[in-house]
Amino acid sequence: MTGANINKINSFKKQKQKEEMKHQVITFALMIIFTLVAFIAVGAGMNKTYVIPLILILALVQVGFQFYYFMHMKDKGHEVISSLIYGGIWIAAVTVLTFTTIIWW
Amino acid sequence: MSHDHSLSPEIHDPAKATHEGKHKYLGLWFFLGGETVLFASFFATYLALRNSTAGGPSSQELFGLELVFVMTILLLTSSLTSVYAIYHMKNHDFKKMQLWFGITALLGLGFLGFEIYEFTHYITDYSFTFRSSAFGSAFYTLVGFHGGHVVFGLSWLTALMVRNAKRGLSLYNAPKYNTFAIYWHFIDVVWVFIFTVVYLMGMVS
Repeated sequence: MTGANINKINSFKKQKQKEEMKHQVITFALMIIFTLVAFIAVGAGMNKTYVIPLILILALVQVGFQFYYFMHMKDKGHEVISSLIYGGIWIAAVTVLTFTTIIWW
Repeated sequence: MSHDHSLSPEIHDPAKATHEGKHKYLGLWFFLGGETVLFASFFATYLALRNSTAGGPSSQELFGLELVFVMTILLLTSSLTSVYAIYHMKNHDFKKMQLWFGITALLGLGFLGFEIYEFTHYITDYSFTFRSSAFGSAFYTLVGFHGGHVVFGLSWLTALMVRNAKRGLSLYNAPKYNTFAIYWHFIDVVWVFIFTVVYLMGMVS
């Protein structure tokens, strides 16, 4: 590759990277907002029946952002990785379900 | 595989330019799948035992929103600063990468300081220990194990930064930094569930 070509590729990649960084910062802002909403909902003493599902959903969405944006699971070539993590999440869900429903202490 | 680990300008992602780098990345995710199951069993145990206080302090008496909020913001911000570090790694800017990882380490250290303060506060002011009740055991096991992961992460990052300080960025050490960054995000993922399930849910019910 000639020097000029490399420069062209680099400036294109830098542009793409900058764009990605912008998405990451937006993701971060959303995560902060979700956190604030969860803390305010609990701090304001909202009804328990509404507040627990609300904060759980906020946590799930925030974790989704973390996995797909910060940890790049949205990028190409993450199929095996997704199956590993979803495998773990599946076992996690079954474990939590078992301990909270059919086991009594 | 080539043994030349020097960076050339056309390499876009130095962390995944070698076979070793790709395998490290996959291996780390394999590990995280296992970690998910490990933390799930701690969360499940905590959820089952959180009301078994044996006459000792309950979650409503112990937890305070302000401290947990500050800890959450610290860890969440450290997740973003490690994204910045990886951004500079992809631009082959070693100095800026080290700088942002340094900020990440400081934020992580701040988080750890608050957690140590929190545990000390529970033990000295409320006599709430690992042996107080089933709730106590489940709480310290779950939250303490997460804190242990933060300690491990900080040691890992410090070792990487010191060892490579004079080497500069190469295809040999870029995957090491990248795997750390993914691990660090995962620590934040676990914390999101801890602040929601342990602290926030513990304050409403």
